[in-house]
Amino acid sequence: MAAKKLNMKEKYRLLTRDLDWEFSYADRKKAFPFEEFEGIKITDWSKWEDPFRLTMDSYWKYQAEKEKKLYAIFDAFSQNNAHLNVSDPRYINAIKIFLTGITPLEYQAYQGFAHTGRQFGGVGARVACQMQSLDELRHVQTQVHAMSHYNKFFDGFKEWTHMQDRVWYLSVAKSFFNDARSGGPFEFLVAIGFSFEYVLTNLVFVPFMSGAAYNGDMATVTFGFSAQSDEARHMTLGLEVIKFLLEQHEDNVPIVQKWIDKWFWRGSRLLSVVAMMMDYMLPNKVMSWKEGWEVYFEEAGGALFKDLARYGIRMPKYAEQIRKEKEHISHQTWWTFYTYGQAAGFHTWIPTDEELDWLSEKYPNTFDKYYRPRWEYAKKLEAEGKRFYNGTLPQLCTTCQIPLLFTEMDDPTLTAHRCSHYKGDQYHFCSDGCKDVFEEEPEKYVQSWLPVHQIYQGNCGGPGLPEILQDYYRFEMGADNMDMKGSPDEARWKQWKGVA
Amino acid sequence: MPVYALKPDYTGEIKDRVENFHGNQLVYIGWDHHLLFSSPFSLLAPIGMRFDVFFKEIVSNAFSQHPEWDQIDWSSVTWLLDGQPFIPQPEVSLGDQGINHKSFLRFQTPGLTGIAGAGI
Repeated sequence: MAAKKLNMKEKYRLLTRDLDWEFSYADRKKAFPFEEFEGIKITDWSKWEDPFRLTMDSYWKYQAEKEKKLYAIFDAFSQNNAHLNVSDPRYINAIKIFLTGITPLEYQAYQGFAHTGRQFGGVGARVACQMQSLDELRHVQTQVHAMSHYNKFFDGFKEWTHMQDRVWYLSVAKSFFNDARSGGPFEFLVAIGFSFEYVLTNLVFVPFMSGAAYNGDMATVTFGFSAQSDEARHMTLGLEVIKFLLEQHEDNVPIVQKWIDKWFWRGSRLLSVVAMMMDYMLPNKVMSWKEGWEVYFEEAGGALFKDLARYGIRMPKYAEQIRKEKEHISHQTWWTFYTYGQAAGFHTWIPTDEELDWLSEKYPNTFDKYYRPRWEYAKKLEAEGKRFYNGTLPQLCTTCQIPLLFTEMDDPTLTAHRCSHYKGDQYHFCSDGCKDVFEEEPEKYVQSWLPVHQIYQGNCGGPGLPEILQDYYRFEMGADNMDMKGSPDEARWKQWKGVA
Repeated sequence: MPVYALKPDYTGEIKDRVENFHGNQLVYIGWDHHLLFSSPFSLLAPIGMRFDVFFKEIVSNAFSQHPEWDQIDWSSVTWLLDGQPFIPQPEVSLGDQGINHKSFLRFQTPGLTGIAGAGI
């Protein structure tokens, strides 16, 4: 007898609901040991609305078709030496940040979703997480392949896996994901699935993908298109988990709110680097960070939180603080990287006069008053042959691990600093948001691997900064780091373009 | 709650306890309204070091690139140690005047408004 051909709906039911176990002789709680310790109450997993409804065979088919197109374009990109079409070699430094800072996060997302894909009691949620896990692993691979072409022609790419566990600013991104993955499975999904993928993702995607399009980087644009349908599924998973948790039990509401407050704050701190990229690193600008924040958070996110109000969820706790900070953070962050340019694995530079004028126009309340004078001074020093590098290690925030580079919003030239005491030691923070996160779980954050402290404990080689950069970070000194002006990247570009 | 963990008695390893710094301690220091240095500094100093030595050998070195550093009138400078008003005693060791591991010193220099008067 010929096997009956199943339709998609039947296949999906068999893949999920019918594939689950009945726990007739084993203890169900022992099978899902992570499900209760966070305090979340699930009364009925069957109420989970599957966001993807993809079966494995259709998943393979879709993804294989996308891969085929993607790799055809990568091949063409490579054969045509299409790196020569980017707007300006400074642009490539944004891609270096992508590979060293973001691609490893995709890998951590893969690991995190694989873990949650095992730990949920509901089979629909498990399958959805497993699918996302596969997507994330695929994103790692396609990003590496998209950028491997640039690695042949530009510095700063080749040690990205080694750098991830060592370099001071990469610890910001790494520890963000470590924090999420060492929470329970529900916190992980609210952190990554909802707060990051749903609420903040456009603020990563738009600058990198539109930035790539505006700057002639077709490899990254093509990767972006290929990932876009995956991202849409991930966003629906992020929203589903929030609605599911809130509908399951009223006791879940304050826990979910606490996680939204935490991860929205953690996420927006992480995006400081995207802010500086938008305002300083893209030679052809897409929009300012401030405009991006207004469009993608204040408008879109505002509507979302209005919708969630019926569950008793309010706006993230520090949304008002971030609204004020949008005038400042890109300038403060790029100034930090510029002044520590010897310790950055990409090139930094002073904005051109035209760019300074663009910044004045986009930031009429703050740029000329607080930030233009810094660049004027940096220009003066550079003209005297004394390009400014800060040689002393900065104080870091225990939670976000970013140097204390942010200022008080009612006094923008005064460093913001908060402090907490735990078991006889002091801990320092950049903000109320980071202090709150620490005080909720100090036993977790006393373990922060703070790069500056690790250097001072003698765990990163040395003794001096040059040895640490060269041997521990594996920077090729003078090629991977320092100013764009005078770099081998710049010299090669001029040679290719026949410019003196 | 100090942590949400599977094990009820979970504790974390304190990564930055003073014992891990081989006889030294961390001292943070910031010059208010002078953001040429984008954030305060982390400095390493022997616990028993006198304040005047710490200042001359470590602090000055960190800040001396700033063009206003040499113009500071130290008699008018005000200090905060861990948020409280503080007067450093040059001949006393750091620890004996309450500058402990991970203490935060910040100082204000009245009349000096930073490069271009912009808090730089």
